[in-house]
Amino acid sequence: MAETAGTLPKPLGGRTRTLAWLQRYGVYASVLALLLFNVAFTPHFLEVANFRTQLIQVAPIVIVSLGMALVIGTEGIDLSVGSVMALSSAMVVLYLGYGAPVAIVAALVAGAAVGAGGGALVAYAGVQPIVATLALLVGIRGLANVLVPQLTEFRNPALITLGSRSVLGLPLVVIIAAVLTAVVAFLVKRTIFGRQLVAVGGNRAAAKLSGLPVRRILVAVYVLSGLLAAVAGVLATARLQASDPTSLGLLMELSAITAVVVGGTPLTGGRVRVLGTVMGALLIQLLQATLIKHNLPQSWTQMVQAVIILAAVYAARGRKK
Amino acid sequence: MSDGTAPVLEARGISKGFPGVLALDGVSFRLAAGEVHALVGENGAGKSTLIKVLTGVHQPDRGELRLHGGPVSFGTPLDAQRAGISTIYQEVNLVPQMSVAHNLLLGREPRGRLGVIDTGQLYTQARRVMSRYGIQTDVRRPLRSLGMGAQQMVALARAVSIDARVVIMDEPTSALEPREVDTLFGVIGDLRAGGISVVYVSHRLEELYRICDQVTVLRDGRVAHTGPLAGLERVKLIALMLGRDTADVRLRGQTEFAGRHTAKNGQPVVEARALSRRHQLHDVSIRVRPGEVVGLGGLLGAGRSETAKAIAGALPFDGGAVVVAGHALRKGSPAAAIRAGASLLPEDRKAEGIVPTMSVRDNIALAALPRLSRAGIVSEARVDRVVQTLMKRLRIKATSPHQKVSELSGGNQQKVLLARSLATGAKVLLLDEPTRGIDVGAKAEVQALIDELAAEGLGVLLISSDLEELVEGSDRVVVLRDGAVVGELSGDEVTEEAIMRAIADGGGVDG
Amino acid sequence: MSVAVEAPPATPAKGERASQIVQHHGALMVLAATVLVGAIAFDSFATPQNAANIAVSSSFVAIIAIGMTFVIISGGIDLSVGSSFVLAGVLAAYGSRYGVLAALLLPLAVCGLIGLVQGLIVARTGMAPFIVTLAGLLGMRGLMLAVSGEGANTYLVEDDAFAALGQASFLGLTVPVYITLGLFLLGAILLQRTGFGQSVYAIGGNEEAAALMGVPVARVKTLVYLVSGLLAGLAGALNAARLSSGVTILGVGLELDVIAAVVIGGTLLTGGAGGLTGTMAGVLLLGVIQSLINQVGTLTSSFQQVVSGAFLALVVVVQRVLHRAQRLS
Repeated sequence: MAETAGTLPKPLGGRTRTLAWLQRYGVYASVLALLLFNVAFTPHFLEVANFRTQLIQVAPIVIVSLGMALVIGTEGIDLSVGSVMALSSAMVVLYLGYGAPVAIVAALVAGAAVGAGGGALVAYAGVQPIVATLALLVGIRGLANVLVPQLTEFRNPALITLGSRSVLGLPLVVIIAAVLTAVVAFLVKRTIFGRQLVAVGGNRAAAKLSGLPVRRILVAVYVLSGLLAAVAGVLATARLQASDPTSLGLLMELSAITAVVVGGTPLTGGRVRVLGTVMGALLIQLLQATLIKHNLPQSWTQMVQAVIILAAVYAARGRKK
Repeated sequence: MSDGTAPVLEARGISKGFPGVLALDGVSFRLAAGEVHALVGENGAGKSTLIKVLTGVHQPDRGELRLHGGPVSFGTPLDAQRAGISTIYQEVNLVPQMSVAHNLLLGREPRGRLGVIDTGQLYTQARRVMSRYGIQTDVRRPLRSLGMGAQQMVALARAVSIDARVVIMDEPTSALEPREVDTLFGVIGDLRAGGISVVYVSHRLEELYRICDQVTVLRDGRVAHTGPLAGLERVKLIALMLGRDTADVRLRGQTEFAGRHTAKNGQPVVEARALSRRHQLHDVSIRVRPGEVVGLGGLLGAGRSETAKAIAGALPFDGGAVVVAGHALRKGSPAAAIRAGASLLPEDRKAEGIVPTMSVRDNIALAALPRLSRAGIVSEARVDRVVQTLMKRLRIKATSPHQKVSELSGGNQQKVLLARSLATGAKVLLLDEPTRGIDVGAKAEVQALIDELAAEGLGVLLISSDLEELVEGSDRVVVLRDGAVVGELSGDEVTEEAIMRAIADGGGVDG
Repeated sequence: MSVAVEAPPATPAKGERASQIVQHHGALMVLAATVLVGAIAFDSFATPQNAANIAVSSSFVAIIAIGMTFVIISGGIDLSVGSSFVLAGVLAAYGSRYGVLAALLLPLAVCGLIGLVQGLIVARTGMAPFIVTLAGLLGMRGLMLAVSGEGANTYLVEDDAFAALGQASFLGLTVPVYITLGLFLLGAILLQRTGFGQSVYAIGGNEEAAALMGVPVARVKTLVYLVSGLLAGLAGALNAARLSSGVTILGVGLELDVIAAVVIGGTLLTGGAGGLTGTMAGVLLLGVIQSLINQVGTLTSSFQQVVSGAFLALVVVVQRVLHRAQRLS
């Protein structure tokens, strides 16, 4: 009523503007700063081998984070991604007997199916995303362990190629991550689905009134998240030439959420920053590498990561108000 | 009964502004002991702001509050409550999952040994309180399992039992059954007898005349009238609320509407048949033909928005049917309504309209995306074309189509939503308060647009609390009261006086 | 004052009553049924020894779950408890060099402090509890690694009195079981029979209304996370006493087991409803399922995760259905 009438454009205060800038570009600035720091102070940082290692390590995080960004864009969250990686890894081992393509397809189907389950719980049963995917986190990790009870090694030429080959000097894993990033960016920017998922996260009531198939969109988003997590699981398995459902993808959901939030996608939905998300993943990876290279213990990484995620959410919050 | 006695609560010259709007402008209000005081006014009149000032939610920019003769100021709602001013909100402000007894006595639970809550005593006390209000219910049940009436009674009982001297009721009967209303009125009578003052906000005139002693009418942030209710004619009261003088209806030409449209003959573009929904709609039938503007008249809460939403597929209904351009619509599917050609401009622009995180362009294209894409990929060129055309045609002022919609003024946001409807290729527009809360210039533009669109053959269902707008913009006006059609005016019958008369006299179902 | 008006119908609908019973006692009923099935199917299941095993192994999760129940009823969540648990174990073992008191107080002080800080952030900044405690999870895991030389050191408990806290048994049950029982009773009284407990329910049910009704929202929220941190710390310390060492690799994902147990016990993650009896039933149910899976022998223990995940999904769906049914009635 009276209050809503006052929707005149309000000038942003200095502090608000700073926070807004930080939310949007903070991640780029941080990555840049870390890179410069390393160039200056870390021996061998500029060597090609080092870059390769960094990129290979960050690829699975990037892939999982892409799906997470889509889910968070709808004001949801997907805690099941780490477990889906484990399940897809288990599926690879189970179906490797039929050849690598069959095994990979089985893994991807399993990931999509888990996503469909989570999406259905969220969209049709009306369960909060955090609870629905928590149930999947617990159950699917268990399922993966039941299917493949212990670390299982294998040798499969096709999977070795997938995990370790390079094309034009770039590891295949990295190329796949880059292609998927481009695909997701295209999805968000250029397709109906992308526009609609952002609208669902931005204002669900408005989306519904505008005739958007809100429930189908939600299910699709979780299916994509499951699918991408499965891809990451397959790649990790191929690299290791082994499946270890007990530890593969453990705590991946936390890294992915951090990457997405740090990358400027607000937890309140309505916006998806694909490039920001990739930068967020890079930031975590670089941070870890920097600390290790300077002989600082792993414990620092986690504590710094905690501070970063708090700061990112705080910046987003300052902006909303 | 208020004359002579010192007021319990008094507001003197209260002003309160928000960015872009002055919600209260020098409002004074006196509430005597044991008085039931009606506070009425249309949307945007300033009622809710005044209530929020009285209860400590907002602090006034100017003016003062006096309680029992001395000046007071409330920093928080809790301060006001501790001073003896309680509010019973439309949506009951209790904890739905907790038991009736716990809600009633939260913070004042009887203690037994070791300072631990004595549950037996808690239930006994609660039962005693509730029976005083004529409610026999198991006080151990969760609050939400009670009917709305009983829930409101619990809120009321809680307010009174914490020594409230003033109880403010905001639309207390909007969700009540007639029998529950009777119980509520009985309790209000008891409160009055006990010297407790009540501020009663409602749009149901019968209720006001049944229980209120005094009335204050707010309009555009000012007091339009205050005095005893008895003897104030019903039509006069409505005229005061709507800002109209029955004796002196102003000349035409205050709005941008040009005049009558020529409705194309033939099938109605939208037809609602006997729509019914519990508590909200009773056998509402409406038809709009192409090129016709049909106004929906009535006071707040009469069922106008519900009718529009039911037609747009956004509100499920229990009985009846909606036919748009010859297609019978599936219930509760906005997508089907949009495909058939009916598009709703929602009343609450912020909550149901704009997607604040998206650009002007994306907001306009949102509902029309299926038309603007091929194989799931959005054709940017087509979107640009449509958006450009509509932005120009609707004169939407934005730095670029890519500006964020949340940075636009209210009037321009409204035009963006109108553009969204038009982009879908709508055959009929359901406009719910299209000019509320936007500045004068934008208002005139929107009105002119409605005219143009109707002239081009669109059907328009126009909901407006602005009587002038309704009369000058509509070819026909259907008047609703308490969720039922109580009158239909067409041609020269469409006058402000006739609409007010229909609202006042209409033989609808009572609260 | 009395009103000569007929009261509205006061008898609850049959469906509503049934749904309430399922809501409040569902976990208990399933627990009873599961125990019955187990007793019929396996000879070695319904033995005092097995019952004691289940009680002992469940007691640590139970202690944490008590705190978590408070947090969840208030409408929040605490993801940091798993990290607290591990950190406390390391700190307790370290502290045991200086006696039993230090072994207990050090982890309680640190975990309590971190809980308090998390509570303050949640209550004062309005940031989502999920994020704040996620940061807590990471931060405490880091702290634990830092304290234990990147997880390389395992600290042995060097105080017999402290070890006895985890190992001594009385009537076949170890001390942590009795502590759990005591905390359960205390917690239940706190939750049901004190103003603090009622405030927790009120905030979780309708925060705005609670504030209007005079509940000190920020203070109660802060306290809830403090309690959760303290109890996670206590559980970690007792576990260290039981194992005679602070083990650094435990506790990953423990917060999820705890949350699962609380939710299965009928506490709504949306806040405002639930209770400790249900939580205890939920914890025991997961313990019994684990025991049954062990009895079968051919199943790996991972199977338990599958069951509890499926159970959790089922429970939340049933809760939604019940909620809708109650809305409609």
